[in-house]
Amino acid sequence: MRFRCKIVDVSCLNHFTRVVNTITKLTKSCTLRLTPANLYFILTDKVANGGVSMWCELCQANFFDEYQMEGVSVEQNEIYLEMVPENISRALKTAQNAKFVKIKLTNKHCPCLTMAVELPSLSSTSRIVTHDIPVTVIPRRLWNDFKEPTVPDFDVSIYLPAIKTMKSVVERMKNLSNFIVIEANRNGEIILKIETDLVSVSTHFKDLGNPHLISIDASQNSIQERDPDFMSEARVDIRKLLQFLAGQQVNPNKSICNIVHKRMVHFILLHDDVSLQYFIPALA
Amino acid sequence: MAFLSQSQSDDDPYTFTCSLDNVRNLSNILKAIHFKDHAACFATTNGLKVTVENAKCLQANAFIQAGIFQEFNIQEESVIFRINLTVLLDCLTIFGASAVPATPTALKMCYRGYGHPLTLFLEEGGVVTVCKIHTQEPEETLDFDFCSTNVVNKIILQSEGLKEAFSELDMTSEFLQITMSPAKPYFRLSTFGNAGSAHLDYPKDSDLIEAFHCTETQTNRYKISLLKPSTKALALSCKVSIRTDNRGFLSLQYMVRNEDGQICFVEYYCCPDEEVQDAES
Repeated sequence: MRFRCKIVDVSCLNHFTRVVNTITKLTKSCTLRLTPANLYFILTDKVANGGVSMWCELCQANFFDEYQMEGVSVEQNEIYLEMVPENISRALKTAQNAKFVKIKLTNKHCPCLTMAVELPSLSSTSRIVTHDIPVTVIPRRLWNDFKEPTVPDFDVSIYLPAIKTMKSVVERMKNLSNFIVIEANRNGEIILKIETDLVSVSTHFKDLGNPHLISIDASQNSIQERDPDFMSEARVDIRKLLQFLAGQQVNPNKSICNIVHKRMVHFILLHDDVSLQYFIPALA
Repeated sequence: MAFLSQSQSDDDPYTFTCSLDNVRNLSNILKAIHFKDHAACFATTNGLKVTVENAKCLQANAFIQAGIFQEFNIQEESVIFRINLTVLLDCLTIFGASAVPATPTALKMCYRGYGHPLTLFLEEGGVVTVCKIHTQEPEETLDFDFCSTNVVNKIILQSEGLKEAFSELDMTSEFLQITMSPAKPYFRLSTFGNAGSAHLDYPKDSDLIEAFHCTETQTNRYKISLLKPSTKALALSCKVSIRTDNRGFLSLQYMVRNEDGQICFVEYYCCPDEEVQDAES
C-alpha cells in the first residue's frame, strides 16, 4: 500500500483547501478513499450523526501535479482511510502561500498522512513544515460499508436558489424552530417552511428550473406523469440543513436539490472537478 | 397589491396595514429597544409606537411616524397588540441583516384585529416570505407621567460624545450616577465599581453639547443594568437629549436617522433609585 502526491499550483492548492474546509464543516470524521483516478470523502449514514450522509468526489488529475498510489492489491487498487478532516484543514492553513505541498501515507508510530509544506524562504535554506495526521486504515472486509450511495428515485429534482439567500433564511428560521419543511415541485418552486406555537414562516422561491433528467430506468417514468404543481416535501432537522448551507465553500456552478417525498432530501453541488452530495433523511 | 385584495375577501378586513420599501427602516429601530422578548405595539394615524419595559422601572419606546412608511392605513382610532419582539425581528431580518444588502427588502405588514396574527410579507429579489406571528393580549404599559413642564434639567448633545462613555460603563458598579447642574461640574457621569469610582465630566461649552438648559443641581442614581440596553439606541443615534424632571425621572431621547435620511425617535424612561434618595434626605 503506497500513496504520495504533490500540489504545486497555488490555485489548485486553494481549491483543494476549500474542498477540505467544506468537508470539515460537515463532519468531524470521515473516510478518505483513494483510487488511481479519484479521491473521495465519504460519510455514511450512521444514526449517531442523524442519518446524514455525504459523498464528495474529486478528480485527482485536476488537483495534483504528481499522484502515485498502489492499493492493497492489483485487483483492488484502492485505499480506505478513516480520518479527521479538520486535521488536514489545519495543516493546509500553514500552506497558504507554500511553494508546494506533498502528502504521503507513512507509518510512523501509527499510520499517518504526512503533509510536508515547503514555505517560501529568503535564504537559500528551505523551510519545510511537516504535519503527521494520524489515520486508520480500513480493512478490506469493511469496504462494502462505503459504497457510493444509490441516488434514490426522487419525486422532484430542482435547481437551488442562491445559496447565500437560502442560508440567511434558514439561519433565521433556525432561531425559531428545530425543524424545517422543504417543499418543491416540478414547476421550479421551492418553499421553506417552519411552524411553531408562536409563528409560522414560509419562504417561496420561484422560477428555479428543474433539471432535465433523462430517465435511465423505466420506473422514473411514473414521475413524468405527475402533476407539475404537486409539492413533494420532507421535514428535516434544521441544523443539518444549515450546516450544509453554511459550510459549503466550493462555489458550485450548479446546485441541485432532489426530494423523495417524506423520505429524504438529496443535495448535489457541482463544480468543474468536484461533486458533493449530501443526504438528509426526513423526520416523521 | 395582490396580497391585500386576496385577503379582503376573507371574513374580516384588515384594521391595520402598512408597507415599507426598505424593511431596515423598521428593523434597525426595533433592535434599539430589543432588550426583552415582548413588546407592545400601538398604531394610530400618527404612526407606530413600540414599547418594551423592564422591571416596572424602565420603558423604551420606538416611534416610527406614518410618513416613514410608503403606505399606512388604519381603520380604527388606535390598534393595540402585544407581540414577541425577538420573533418579529427574526422575521423582519429573514433575508439577512447585513449593512449593505444588494437589494433592499420590501415589507407589507397586516393585522386583522384582536385575536388575529400579525402577517408580514417580505420580498427581496423575487423571493417572498410570509410570516404569521401570533399576537397576545395587550398588557397595560407604565405611565411615567414625564411632563415637559416638570423638566428641571435638559442637555442635548451629539451622540458621539456619549457613545464611548456608555459602551465602557463599569458594569461592576450597580449604579450610574448622573449629575446635572447650572454650575460646575455641569454634567457628570459617575460609576462606583470594584476597581474604584470613575467620574466623567462634560464642560458646558463643549462642541458636543448643543443645548444646555439646567436650572438646578440634581444628582440621581439609576440602575446600570437597566440603562445598559439604551446603548443600542445610542449607537444608532446622531443626537441625544437627556432630561430629568422634578422627581428625578430620567428621559433619554435618541434621534435616529435612517438609511433614507428620515428621522425617527427612540425614547428611554428610567426611574431613579429610591433608596439612595431616602438615605440622602
